Amino acid sequence: MRIIVAYLIGIVFGLGISISGMANPAKVLNFFDVAGTWDPSLIFVMGGAVVVTFLGYRFVLKRPMPIFDRQFLLPGSNVIDLKLLGGSAVFGIGWGIAGFCPGGALPALGTGRIEVVLFTIALVAGIFAARALMHFRRPTAPTQA
Amino acid sequence: METEFTPLASTIGGILIGTASVLLMLTLGRIMGATGILAGFFSPASREDFYWRAAILAGMVTGPLVYFALMGQMPAVEVPISTPMLLIGGFIVGIGVTYGSGCTSGHGVCGMARLSPRSISAVATFMLFTGLTVFVIRHVIGA
Repeated sequence: MRIIVAYLIGIVFGLGISISGMANPAKVLNFFDVAGTWDPSLIFVMGGAVVVTFLGYRFVLKRPMPIFDRQFLLPGSNVIDLKLLGGSAVFGIGWGIAGFCPGGALPALGTGRIEVVLFTIALVAGIFAARALMHFRRPTAPTQA
Repeated sequence: METEFTPLASTIGGILIGTASVLLMLTLGRIMGATGILAGFFSPASREDFYWRAAILAGMVTGPLVYFALMGQMPAVEVPISTPMLLIGGFIVGIGVTYGSGCTSGHGVCGMARLSPRSISAVATFMLFTGLTVFVIRHVIGA
């Protein structure tokens, strides 16, 4: 049942990304190109998604637990540190270069376009590289501090 | 490359993205973040954990096919950059979202909806840097 539900939710998300234009790098990059071929569409994507999620979470999170699990897994950290901001800045640079973000690219794989496949391979390589870097650095962290 | 302003389609798409986020929290109690779901897919906590991640990723990939069934065409994917730049961009995104613990869906939708100060600062940071990067590439370097 969990698997069927997850699959259906994935479809709703993937369809939403497809309709919204988030799967289209040209459109995403134009949102940021205020000084050029500006296309403000993506503010409507973000607006629609955030408002629905904000309202929906208010009801959902009043429940003692989710329907098919024992607890809500919410990020516990409130720390705003260099790792968060630096990582986000790096993400922004990559997003500005490629025009795909992970949430846009994963559904776009369904179009079968080779560019999306290449981006996703590079994305996964980046995730593994960052993990390797974190593991490599961790043992030296105490001596730096 | 010009793209058409699509406020209605983009709002409908956004509502669906938000609906998926709410449903995932309601059913499995999880944040709808593409980065987190993908990263966990490669290192799942358990077999059960792997299954729901694989299922939701499969669903995401099915999304454009449902779009095709409804609209009679695939959603537009126009890539206005070279393949090397696409690969470099993808690699940088992978590093950034791992250190930043999230992307447009996790921080941008779910985190913002929870009014998480962490997510709001992450979103402000990446939006600023995405905008600067696009400006530099298009108007400074002139690519």
